[in-house]
Amino acid sequence: MLQKNEKRAGTLRAMLAIMVLLLFVIVLENISSWIPGMPAIFSPTSQLFTVLKKGAVYSLVAVSMNLLNGFTGLFSLGQAGFMLLGAYTYAILTVPMAAKDQVYYLYGGSAVKFSLVDAFQSLFGTAGFGGAVSMICAVLVGIVCAGLVAALFAALIGTPVLRLKSDYLAIATLGFAEILRAIFQWQTLGPITNGANMLKSFPTFADFNIKNAAGQVVLRLSTFVPFLLSILCITVIVLLIHSSYGRAFKAIRDDEVAAEAMGISLFKHKMLSFVISSFFSGVGGALFAMYVSNAQAKAFTSTMTYEILLIVVIGGIGSISGSVIGTFLYVACSEWWLRFLDAETYIGSFKVPLLRSGFRMVVFSVVIMIIVLFFSQGIMGEKELTWAGIGGLLKKLKPKKKAASAGKEG
Amino acid sequence: MEQLLSTEYIVSILLSGISLGGQLALIAIGYTMVYGILRLINFAHGDVFMVAGLLGIYISAALPMYIAIPIVIALTIGLGFFIERAAYKPLRSAPRMSVMISAIGVSYLLQNTATYVTGGQPMTYPAINALTKTINICGASTKLVVIITPVLVLVLIALLTTLINHTKIGMAMRAVSKDFETSRLMGIKINNVISMTFVIGSALAVVGSILYFTTYPAITPTAGAMPGLKSFVAAVFGGIGSIPGAVIGAFLIGICETIIKGLPSSWNVSVFSDAFTFALLIVILTCKPTGLFGEKATDKV
Repeated sequence: MLQKNEKRAGTLRAMLAIMVLLLFVIVLENISSWIPGMPAIFSPTSQLFTVLKKGAVYSLVAVSMNLLNGFTGLFSLGQAGFMLLGAYTYAILTVPMAAKDQVYYLYGGSAVKFSLVDAFQSLFGTAGFGGAVSMICAVLVGIVCAGLVAALFAALIGTPVLRLKSDYLAIATLGFAEILRAIFQWQTLGPITNGANMLKSFPTFADFNIKNAAGQVVLRLSTFVPFLLSILCITVIVLLIHSSYGRAFKAIRDDEVAAEAMGISLFKHKMLSFVISSFFSGVGGALFAMYVSNAQAKAFTSTMTYEILLIVVIGGIGSISGSVIGTFLYVACSEWWLRFLDAETYIGSFKVPLLRSGFRMVVFSVVIMIIVLFFSQGIMGEKELTWAGIGGLLKKLKPKKKAASAGKEG
Repeated sequence: MEQLLSTEYIVSILLSGISLGGQLALIAIGYTMVYGILRLINFAHGDVFMVAGLLGIYISAALPMYIAIPIVIALTIGLGFFIERAAYKPLRSAPRMSVMISAIGVSYLLQNTATYVTGGQPMTYPAINALTKTINICGASTKLVVIITPVLVLVLIALLTTLINHTKIGMAMRAVSKDFETSRLMGIKINNVISMTFVIGSALAVVGSILYFTTYPAITPTAGAMPGLKSFVAAVFGGIGSIPGAVIGAFLIGICETIIKGLPSSWNVSVFSDAFTFALLIVILTCKPTGLFGEKATDKV
């Protein structure tokens, strides 16, 4: 009974923390319009918000990769392929009818004579509140479809591919992603996928900013939306990991033979993990398309998968909170904090050596190699960020201060 | 269609396919030897191949070709050796996946360093007269490199096979690839054997890079990734760990790829020249995971 109460209190606290976080995000992105004269960093175009949006999207993809690689022990490198499926599904379904001729101008219009945006607009209307409802519905349905298509493909290739062991599985999934990339660039499918050209004009995060009749932004929600969607999906993954399925996944990761002997169906659980992970990668792909406001097969290369894998390693393989922390650190470093390394800098008349375009990524990859070689546990190892953990950390810091002050006195 | 069936066209397609296959074979040997001994997909090998190409460009700009090539070979061997010592050796007792992640990290590092050094500009390989001279075979005009490649590949493979079958280090290599632990107990210096494998792999990659990039429009930092993956598929196709298997796989992939690229442009299928390789990989892995010449591995519980 006591345990149950504790668990309930924990859930409540987690939900409260999420609400506070979401409120904080809303305040953060609107503060510059509410209070004039804030520092430039709070302006909506600053790198802070790029990092937050990209971080929210990549967190979801990293967590979905961690579900497969860290919790089930299936070393898959097909993430970019499933993201591509998600991004294209979302884009194809939500490009408004009015924009189709312009987007598909090389092919004389699209073969998909249907758009979720128009379908919902005919239900709820186009302007005002009805317009907002229809856009939200279209985006949500589009995202769910994106996930479902990715999951469907995962189920199809899962049967042959999941029989393979460790590195063979990795290379087979990597190959699958490359095949998908070729198919989506195929000219013959142009009326659907727009060939090698990008799909655009579909609803993006910026469309969630609430505008008044004059077209001025009243309330910015373009960072809040990716946070909300990403948190929702990650919560589902966390719940899954804490369920009996999650325990079965971990058992398979730790010892396949022992897990099978305990009566866990290997194939069923591996397939489940693969399909669910791909579903969320597909959702992540749709969010990524919304973030960059286009969908293009060229972007989803194996380098993207490697990036996400390195994020998971930095955060700690087998830790959800680690993946999230790792993502934000990675994105912040690569998009923002290390930017100064790319600019030629002069101290007085002395030119700082080595600093020029591209140096940031060199430093960055050296840091990653150091983490991979010497801190293979990553930031969190297999542990999660918990209230007790944070409390413990604070307690640890306190005696140090005391000891330090005691040292001064002595 | 007539143009497709003309003898010259078929001959020229086949010749460039064999040539591409030979170049892939030289990379594939590096993959298959490393996998045979360390059970590691050395993702960085394709990038070592790219770096060899860039080194070729920079050094041949300063020195004549016949001095530049040995220097490039020496530097690339050094790079391969250093990568093994710095990135793979510390993880010898770690899980296999950690080593693979380290390999991906090295690949990322090499690509980013190449972007930094070249400034992101595509670089053109210097023309080597002996390789780029145009000749005529059965009415099809092609470059001399197309003839030289397969011959050179066969010579190098003959040398390599002799090394593996008839020398002490070769015997040690075979022993280590059979059983890592036992060969260590028998007094084989594992680290020397592994280093030797990386040295041979890198040296062959340099030869491959010279032959590959002379006919290639430009080297970009990611130019090594695709040939690298294809060579790995070739190694898997032939049965990983088997050198003749890797070579046959590479020739097959090279020829198929050139045929797909040579199909009429109205079919729009040239985009699948890379995808074909991976489709082949998935088919092979699901039907005959041990490849053409691979030994059947027994699962130990």
